[in-house]
Amino acid sequence: MKHDLIIEAIDVVKHFGDGGNWLSKSPVVQAVDGVSLQVRRGETFAIVGESGCGKSTLARVLMRLLSPTSGSVLFDGKEVSTTTGAALQSLRREMQFIFQDPFSSLNPRMTVGKLVGEPLEVHAPELSAQQRREKVADLLRKVGLRAEYAGRYPHEFSGGQRQRIGIARALASGPRLIIGDEPVSALDVSVQAQVINLLGDLSRDMGLTLVVIAHDLGVIRHMSDRVAVMYLGRIVESGTTEEVYTSPRHPYTKALLASIPTMGGKQGDRKATVLGEMPSPSAPPSGCRFHTRCPYAQAKCKTDAPALQGAGTDDHQVACHFWETIPNEAVIAETPQKTEAVEARFALYRNATDGGTVTHLLNQSTKRN
Amino acid sequence: MQLGDENSADSGTLLALSDLVLRFKGHKNDVLDGVSLTVKRGEVVCVVGESGCGKSVTAMALMDLLPAGSATISSGNLDACGLNLDLTSTCLPSEMRGNRIAMIFQEPMSSLNPSFTIGDQIGEAVLRHKGGTRTQALDRAQEMLQRVGIANPEQRLSEYPHQLSGGMRQRVMIAMALANDPEILIADEPTTALDVTIQAQILDLIRDLRDETGMGTIMITHDLGVVAEIADTVAVMYGGQVVEQGAVGEIFNNPQHPYTIGLMSAMPRLDNPVGRLAIVPGTVPTIANMPQGCRFRTRCVFATQACAERPKLSQIAPEHDVACHYAPLEVNVSVAI
Repeated sequence: MKHDLIIEAIDVVKHFGDGGNWLSKSPVVQAVDGVSLQVRRGETFAIVGESGCGKSTLARVLMRLLSPTSGSVLFDGKEVSTTTGAALQSLRREMQFIFQDPFSSLNPRMTVGKLVGEPLEVHAPELSAQQRREKVADLLRKVGLRAEYAGRYPHEFSGGQRQRIGIARALASGPRLIIGDEPVSALDVSVQAQVINLLGDLSRDMGLTLVVIAHDLGVIRHMSDRVAVMYLGRIVESGTTEEVYTSPRHPYTKALLASIPTMGGKQGDRKATVLGEMPSPSAPPSGCRFHTRCPYAQAKCKTDAPALQGAGTDDHQVACHFWETIPNEAVIAETPQKTEAVEARFALYRNATDGGTVTHLLNQSTKRN
Repeated sequence: MQLGDENSADSGTLLALSDLVLRFKGHKNDVLDGVSLTVKRGEVVCVVGESGCGKSVTAMALMDLLPAGSATISSGNLDACGLNLDLTSTCLPSEMRGNRIAMIFQEPMSSLNPSFTIGDQIGEAVLRHKGGTRTQALDRAQEMLQRVGIANPEQRLSEYPHQLSGGMRQRVMIAMALANDPEILIADEPTTALDVTIQAQILDLIRDLRDETGMGTIMITHDLGVVAEIADTVAVMYGGQVVEQGAVGEIFNNPQHPYTIGLMSAMPRLDNPVGRLAIVPGTVPTIANMPQGCRFRTRCVFATQACAERPKLSQIAPEHDVACHYAPLEVNVSVAI
């Protein structure tokens, strides 16, 4: 089936460092090593992995903030990995970035109005100052902030609000693709939920395509349609989020999912703990890069690097020699059934936050104490 | 953890903090508003809450690690290690700290001194409290490294922190904290800076060491998943108040406080994705803007005038206390859409 792709990476390689010379040795860091992926128009695509797996580098290559060592990136079918000048500037209008840290990614000396209006100055110079102010007010309302905030400075806002400002800034140029590098991981759970909902609403209402980089598998499950799991610069598994979470086929994906402490899981029934730590990307293991930590590794894994291959269903791909022989079992613990009273309590909470009218059946004189 | 009066006389109690009220200099509001915690032998108590809820300040105040003169304590009593301390006038003696009560921190890199070897740093804790020679201290350090699962301990002794990975540094911190066989370990977000696979290893390690030594553990975290994984009892904090506390099963299977319910609804689930996440509206107010009474009331969808009066933390089920006028909600509140 041919899909309508918005961005596509073909065999992208990004290495840092040149290996040094005879006077000084400096290792080549193989941050991304042969990654191909396809993002369809209108979907939310997630890239997940632990620190050092190359997911942020990959995002920066897709964004053309870095140029790949080899391989190509196609945006709307056009090669963009070597674009420069005016072509690059118009590309920037089409794709925008949301950064992880809302504290360091906003210039503290600029007002919110200036921060959000800045992309407009660059990408829509034809707007008058008045029109620009209106557009900024519009954008702020869209991300759930008040238009009056335009005159304030970033330090006056909480983390969640700052992330909203960052989102408004990304939306200013009217992009079709937004890449978020850990867009919610610096936020507290209660605020994180607000921002996740906001991103979901925006992508639906504005027809945006989102590429989300994250390490939190719960967030990914919630936000994304399809997911790619990375380990040491390579994609080890990809597929629809549902498929990858309910029937992971790569041993690393299984281990990753099993490592997450969940509210439903009983204590001590975690199925597997991956041993050891991720090797350095400047000296990755030969063959399958996961073989040093894999409980199923065999001789072949040390020498031959497995390619991504179809795993049963349409979209599901896995890079493992032995995925068919590894038992296919669910690794996520099911949440135990809640009692009726607790179920009712959660429903009350949800309805009340959705704007329901709250009536207190208890008057003050009889209140519990 | 204090759950009714019957437990306070329990001989297994290692640490009892009661009614800690703390205010930072120059502020008009208390940062901690009557925090009580009890830890029993072999028990893991998790203090859970979001940034600014006072969970770390509680631990720092317990250990007397807040900068001198930065805070005033207007009420508070600490019963630990055979001492009964009135925290308003005295603090934990330094010979207890790192000896009978030890602490590990979130950032293992910034808590280790980059210019000393691992062996020296663990050995220092031993020399300081147990005395003996440097060789004995290094032997002890090596034994501890072995115990926390570091391969080649004798080689690691002479290495520097930058030569270790994040997970290994956290193991070194744990080795250092446990070198003097403390009765109580306070762990402040010990796994937050680590990847999930490494986090799982560290949680396993803390659990194993608890089983081996019977130490009591206070674990401070913002991650409900970690709580479910390791806690025996849980205290949920918001704005410097403990709003709900109880046995881990009770808190997760029968949450009562609107904040606890909100947190659980807002957490993206691995197993059961729903359309939209429920949220906790608004953000945590600053200390200066903290409301009187129940401090959650400005964000609570069920709050009324009555919440201006602080609800007492009182028992709602066995091993389960909650501070909400309207608990249980399904009985006392109805919502019409």
